Amino acid sequence: MKMTAAQALINCLKEQDVDVVFGIPGGNILPLYDAMCKSSEIRHILVRHEQGAVHAADGYARVTGKVGVCLATSGPGATNLVTGIANAYMDSIPLVVITGQVPTTMVGTDAFQEVDITGITIPITKHNYLVKEPNKIPLAVKRAFHIASTGRSGPVLLDLPRNVLQTEITYIQPTDLRLLGYKPTLKGHKSQIAMACDLIMKAKRPVIYAGGGVIASNGSDILTQLAEKISAPVACTLMGLGGFPGGHSLSLGMLGLHGTRYANKAIMECDVLIALGVRFDDRVAVDFSSFAPKAKIIHVDIDPAEIGKNVKVNVPIVGDVKMVMEAMLERLEDKKEEEWLARIEEWKAEYPLKYGPSAQLKPQYIIETIREITDGEAIMVTDVGQHQMWAAQYYRPKTPRTFISPGGLGAMGYGLPAAVGAQVGAPGRDVILVTGDGSFQMCMQEFGTAVEQELPVKVVIFNNGSLGMVRQLQEFYCERRYMAVNFNRNPDFVKFAGVYDALGLRVTAPEQLPGALEQALKTKGPVIIDCVINPEENVYPMVLAGRPLDQSIDG
Amino acid sequence: MRHILAVLVENNPGVLTRVAGLFSRRGYNIDSLTVGRTENPQISRMTIVVEGDDLVLEQVTKQLHKLIDVIKINDITSEEYVDRELVLIKVGADPSVRGEIMQIVDIFRARIVDIGRRTLIIECTGDEGKINAVIESLKPFGIKELVRTGKVAMLRGHKFTSINESREDD
Ligand SMILES: Cc1ncc(C[n+]2csc(CCOP(=O)(O)OP(=O)(O)O)c2C)c(N)n1
Repeated sequence: MKMTAAQALINCLKEQDVDVVFGIPGGNILPLYDAMCKSSEIRHILVRHEQGAVHAADGYARVTGKVGVCLATSGPGATNLVTGIANAYMDSIPLVVITGQVPTTMVGTDAFQEVDITGITIPITKHNYLVKEPNKIPLAVKRAFHIASTGRSGPVLLDLPRNVLQTEITYIQPTDLRLLGYKPTLKGHKSQIAMACDLIMKAKRPVIYAGGGVIASNGSDILTQLAEKISAPVACTLMGLGGFPGGHSLSLGMLGLHGTRYANKAIMECDVLIALGVRFDDRVAVDFSSFAPKAKIIHVDIDPAEIGKNVKVNVPIVGDVKMVMEAMLERLEDKKEEEWLARIEEWKAEYPLKYGPSAQLKPQYIIETIREITDGEAIMVTDVGQHQMWAAQYYRPKTPRTFISPGGLGAMGYGLPAAVGAQVGAPGRDVILVTGDGSFQMCMQEFGTAVEQELPVKVVIFNNGSLGMVRQLQEFYCERRYMAVNFNRNPDFVKFAGVYDALGLRVTAPEQLPGALEQALKTKGPVIIDCVINPEENVYPMVLAGRPLDQSIDG
Repeated sequence: MRHILAVLVENNPGVLTRVAGLFSRRGYNIDSLTVGRTENPQISRMTIVVEGDDLVLEQVTKQLHKLIDVIKINDITSEEYVDRELVLIKVGADPSVRGEIMQIVDIFRARIVDIGRRTLIIECTGDEGKINAVIESLKPFGIKELVRTGKVAMLRGHKFTSINESREDD
């Protein structure tokens, strides 16, 4: 069939089951928008800033498990995507990012709005292509989706010069991807799995350390079966939250820098650590040399490069986390180490997550109230900072893909656009954004997108008038020399909602909160709840720099 | 320790940038890197000499494998292999010392490939030891210019670094 390469690209997107894309048009990507105009099957969501497009595609991907797609024009459109691409890369989120480029005849001449976006994004994409031959577009698109969504998933960028998009080609769906060097290992090595199972069966104090890989492999149910079979408590990373039911009796909540004390103690005392789809990040291990000192470590991950990178492991298993867990389940027998479980229970009783009862509006109370009012069924999206940690500690998500947070890059501004994407991906569900006044102001223009698209995102701003997490760092590490952390002139966020004819509510006392939340959830459109909290509030527990994991401090 | 990696890559534009960028980004030390076509026009071959202990090498290899364009990696250091490098040296060569230089060239089985009024260009191929020795020997005459290709290497005998011989890295 004859058509322009741009039309072929639209066909390829449909072939890949894409029903929504996020973007902003411009000169060099015009042919693609023109082709989209002629096809009504793909919904285009016009955002306000390209960073919003890529974060929204990311939020959409996290909630649906599908590949998120975003579009931008060349030059400034493309560079505006960079933070979002890096954020998705660090969290292994499958995206296909499409950018326009100046015509091939102009590439390399510093033409108007030319930027070498493939060069810029080499370190933050799984792969990228500058497609110079129009008839290679179908192959490039197919490869992009394949690479983005298989193995350790991640963003792939396609850079498409304007004249390439305009050229007429014969559209043929490629069958062979011809990727000679790309074959992810899915099945774990049999004898390694056997070794791991032997270790587990002999373990007296087993602990599971579960991360984003559990969710990415859709392995949450299997993880629950595995944990129950061997009665192992489960500590989740920020990326792993929701991968194991937060309210389960074996759940230890989140581990790490701001993890629960019982999770961290369990890690430091366990004799076998079963690490599933994790990467021993420095915010988890805090100090690599003292992490899980008594344990034999089993590490399952789809990315061989993560195994042995930060921490030495005893049984490495490269493979899809879900498939490896299934293979383990076949070999393992039921077991229960009563003594160990009793000790865990003691720790839980002795060192619970806690915050003082108060007449003040406590941030932890806000998260708990959200959980109660939504019965934990809402999708919670966060930004970056103290509010993110309180959400991670207190929300206890029940199911995978309901706790959406920028873990690896920690890009402030992620929250609102990601919530927009999440709501697009899960239209019937409550989507609640937990954000800070700092983070919100980094992408608050996307509130307009939410209003325009009638996406009923509920924005809960933890308004401490400051960059709270940095203030906390300065309190601990700079002897309270506060520098550049206070906002002396924040906008009135209630009025801000009003500017868009949306509902804005202010909450200053705890008793106002349940009513405000209920009202917001009943409202059809997006709502902002401005929660005024104490700027002196800190996130606890906290492991001070260089300390072992089990020596965290409380307030 | 120094390792020699034979790396097959897809002959795509940008592949050299990807590989070189990976080394600098992750702080690995490259001694030398050469690249050229192979018997298959779609595939290029790199020979990378990299400095590092076993742990670093393991990471280098794994990170290289993550590049979609990288097809195969062989660390041939511990195997039987042949390695060669080519050097061109322009030395100061007044008529009075030419005889002496030609003797050195003979001893190393190097060649004179250009004769100028005051200079000679000498070409020499060999392993690293030989190349270093020839350079040392020519230094007293005044080296005006020098260029080395960097190392290329190949496994001896029936062992291969090729996409068909996938048994090698299993
Ligand atoms: C884009 C970006 N810039 C800077 C930082 C560094 N940073 C981390 S947390 C934080 C403060 C966040 O403030 P706010 O969003 O108000 O949340 P709070 O900590 O007060 O809950 C800053 C500046 C970051 N993570 N991302």
